[in-house]
Amino acid sequence: MVPLSQYLILSAILFVIGTLGVFVRRNLITILLSIEIMLNAVNLTFVAAGRAFGAVDGQIIVFFVMTVAAAEAAVGLAIVIALFRHRESLDPDAFTSLKW
Amino acid sequence: MPDQILFYLLGGLAVVASVLVIGQRNPIHSVLLLIASFAGLSGLYVLLQAPFVAVIQIIIYAGAIMVLFLFVVMLLNVGREDTDVDEQSPVFVHRVSMRVGALLAGLLVVELVWALASAGTLGGVFGPMSQAPPAVTSVRTIGHALFTDYAFAFEVTSILILVAMVGAVVLARREAK
Repeated sequence: MVPLSQYLILSAILFVIGTLGVFVRRNLITILLSIEIMLNAVNLTFVAAGRAFGAVDGQIIVFFVMTVAAAEAAVGLAIVIALFRHRESLDPDAFTSLKW
Repeated sequence: MPDQILFYLLGGLAVVASVLVIGQRNPIHSVLLLIASFAGLSGLYVLLQAPFVAVIQIIIYAGAIMVLFLFVVMLLNVGREDTDVDEQSPVFVHRVSMRVGALLAGLLVVELVWALASAGTLGGVFGPMSQAPPAVTSVRTIGHALFTDYAFAFEVTSILILVAMVGAVVLARREAK
């Protein structure tokens, strides 16, 4: 069996890749994809910890995280579409004012 | 040992695909690579004896959420990033603010690995999983817990999805002039 610590390190690496994507990329869609990477890293932590403790709760929380991720993707992409209609751009720096 | 090899293969697939997601200019390639990353994670869930999570990972993430992303990318029809700075420089070389962000992300990985490495020497649950309790693989057990212990959270989730649906429709609607 693979020890829990290795799963946690893999999850940490994935989470950092997601964080890096949010910081470095200048494209709203890529930023949303990076958020999905971070959510998946957390899911891996939950499942691995649930396996190590022999508990069902890890898998159930992953179920809820996926639901929230789906809702977040739907609302986030709707906002992206609305923003794109106004500015014809996906660069977050183009949306610095609250009202135009 | 086959477990260990599979772990490195699937983990490597997930990490490499995720890095390429960040490194791609074309959003469609990013979305497709993220599906590959999710496939690797799904394999890891099978390795962790969580087949239910592995299947919903493929069905919900790769099947539903990523198709939504792909649909929006094609709807907006943006092939590449459209800022001048991005076109001229490689993906990871950017303005000062982004370097600070990248530095923060690097610090985060150092901190996480350090914390996990120091926890790893403690043994206990962080040690080999051979003495771990038996895994919960049955969908029946998961469903039972979901509809008894987590019944309230489950019902709240349905309201969340309703709100998200209405919100998405209201936000993306074209305003009547």
